Amino acid sequence: MRRKARRGQPGYEFEAGAVELDGQIEELREETDQEEQEKEHFAARIEALEEQRDRLLAEIVENLTPYQHVKLARHPLRPQSADYIPQVFDDFIELHGDRRFGDDKAIITGLARLEGHRVVLIAQQKGRDTHEKLERNFGMPNPEGYRKALAKMALAEKFALPVVSFIDTPGAAPAVEAEERGQGMAIAENICRMSGLRTPIVILVTGEGCSGGALGIGVGDRFAMLENAYYSVISPEGCAAILWRDSEKADQAAASLKLTAGDMLELGVVDEIIEEPLGGAHRDPKQTAANIRAYLKAKLEELRAIPIEQLLEERYQRYRTLGTHART
Amino acid sequence: MRFFRKKKAMPDGVFVKCGGCGEMVYQKKVEERLQVCPECNYHFPIGAWDRVRYHTDEGTFEEMDKGLRSADPLEFVAEKAYVDQIASDLEKTGLNEAVLCGTCGVEGREVVFIAMDFAFRGGSMGCVVGEKVTRAAELSCRQGLPLVSVSCSGGARMQEGALSLMQMAKSCAALHRLHEKGIPYVSIMAHPTTGGVTASWSSLGDVIMAEPGALIGFAGPRVIEQTIKQKLPEGFQTAEFLLEHGFLDMIVERKDIKSTVAKLLDYLAPLSSG
Ligand SMILES: [Zn+2]
Repeated sequence: MRRKARRGQPGYEFEAGAVELDGQIEELREETDQEEQEKEHFAARIEALEEQRDRLLAEIVENLTPYQHVKLARHPLRPQSADYIPQVFDDFIELHGDRRFGDDKAIITGLARLEGHRVVLIAQQKGRDTHEKLERNFGMPNPEGYRKALAKMALAEKFALPVVSFIDTPGAAPAVEAEERGQGMAIAENICRMSGLRTPIVILVTGEGCSGGALGIGVGDRFAMLENAYYSVISPEGCAAILWRDSEKADQAAASLKLTAGDMLELGVVDEIIEEPLGGAHRDPKQTAANIRAYLKAKLEELRAIPIEQLLEERYQRYRTLGTHART
Repeated sequence: MRFFRKKKAMPDGVFVKCGGCGEMVYQKKVEERLQVCPECNYHFPIGAWDRVRYHTDEGTFEEMDKGLRSADPLEFVAEKAYVDQIASDLEKTGLNEAVLCGTCGVEGREVVFIAMDFAFRGGSMGCVVGEKVTRAAELSCRQGLPLVSVSCSGGARMQEGALSLMQMAKSCAALHRLHEKGIPYVSIMAHPTTGGVTASWSSLGDVIMAEPGALIGFAGPRVIEQTIKQKLPEGFQTAEFLLEHGFLDMIVERKDIKSTVAKLLDYLAPLSSG
C-alpha cells in the first residue's frame, strides 16, 4: 500500500530508481514495527537498502543534465518559500499589499526574525495545490507584486533592517493586466532602487530564477543559489521556441544557456551555492531549511559589520564587473 | 519573367511600402520627413546613426567605446552559432553592437547620447550593450552632462544567458547614481522597446517619451497571446496605450524629438552659475 503510494508520488523518471528503493525501505520499516523479534535482521536489510539508494542518488546527481537540474528546481515536491519560512526563521509576521493597487500573492512579504537578526523578507511563492497555484499565479508576479516588495524594502531601509529575498519564479506574469499596470517599469524601478537601498540585501534562489521576473526582487550584496536551483535570462522552453523554433529542444537550450548553480558560480553571478540533501531539497526539506538558515545567519552577521557607504560601493562594483567583452 | 522583375525593381529605391497604411509612397518624401510616411504618419523603423542624424547637432557626435564587441561568453550555439550571427550582423549593419553611445549637442546643449539599433540582433541587450549604456551613464555622472537615450529592443540577449540579466542590474545601478546626483535623463522609446530594456534603464528616465505607434511592453504580444490564448485588444502596448495608462510623459513625433529634448533639458538641467 505504502509502496504504491510512493510510486504514485509526483516525480521524474531519472529519480525513479531511488523512489522505488524508498518504497522498499518504507515497507520494511512497517514490517519491523509488526515483528518485534526480527528487528535486528530488518535493521540490517534497511541499512543495506539505504546504502544502495544513496549510492544510486549520488550517481543520479552526478549525472544530472542541465535540463534535469531545471526539473529538480521545479519538482512538485520541492519545498517552497512558505515551507521554508517557519523552519528558517524563529518568527514571521506577514505584511500584505502594495498600498497602491492590491496584494499580489505571488510574493510573500513580512518581518522575520533569525536569532538576533530582524529582517524584512521578500519571497516568491508558486503554490502547491491547484487552488494555491491559482491564488499565487504560479509564482508569476504582477506589477503590484513588485511594488509590494518595493514598499516593504522601503520599510526595511527606514528602520535599518536587512532584506532577505527568496527567488522562485518562472518569470513575471505575461498578461494584459500586467502590461496595463506597467510590468516593465515596476521591475526597472525595483532593480534601480535595490541597487542603492541603504540596508544590506541577501538574495537566495531557492528554485526557479527566471528572467526579469527574478531580478525584480534580486539585486543585493550577497547572492546564493540552492544547489539544484537554476537562474536564467529565459526559460529553456522559451529559449528553445525562439532560437531552435522548437520548444521540444528545451534540453539543448538548458545546456546552452548555462543556467545551473555551478554555471552561475563560474560566471560570477552568484557567490555561493547552498548544498541540498542528496537527491534534492524535496528529499529532506528540514535539512535544506537548516542549510539556508546557517547561510543567512552567516551572511547577516558578515554584512552587519560593513559600513553602509562601503556596502553600497561594493554592491555597485559587484554588478559593475559582471559581463565580458572583446575589442576590435 | 522580365515583367515581374521590372515591376519588382521599380519600387526599390523610388517607392517604399508603408508599414502603416500599406501604400507605396515616394521614398524621397519619406526621407524628407525623417522616415515618416507622408500619408499616415507611420514612423518607419530607423537605425542608430539615423537617430544621431535626426536628434543631434550635425557634426557634434563623438562616438565612445566604438570597439567593444561581444566576447560570446557562453560559446552559445543554437541552430546557428552565436559568433556567426554576430559576424553577419557586423557586416550587415556596419555597427559593432546594438547600441551607439557618444557625446553630442542637442540644439547646442551638450549631452551623452545613447541610440539603439534594432538591425543588430534585434536590438537585444547583452554584455556589450549593458557595458556601453553603463559607461554612458557613468560619463554623464562624472561630467554632469544630461543623458538622452533612444531605445528599441527585443529584450535581453538570450545567447549571453544570465550575464544579459546582469546588464539590467548594472545599467540600473549606474542610473541610480545619476538620479542621486540630480542629472537629468530623458528616455525616448522607439518601436519596439520590450523585455529587459523596458524592464531596466529605458524605463528610468526622468522624462519618458515615445514615438507614435511604438510598441512598448515587458512581455512580447505573442508570448501574452500564447499564454492567455486570446487575441489581444486593438492598440494594446502601443505608445498611445501606455500614455493612457500613465506610463509615458508624452508622445512626440520624430521631427519634434530634438527640439522637445532641448526644451526639457532647459527645465531640468541645473542652471549654470556663469
Ligand atoms: Zn503610411
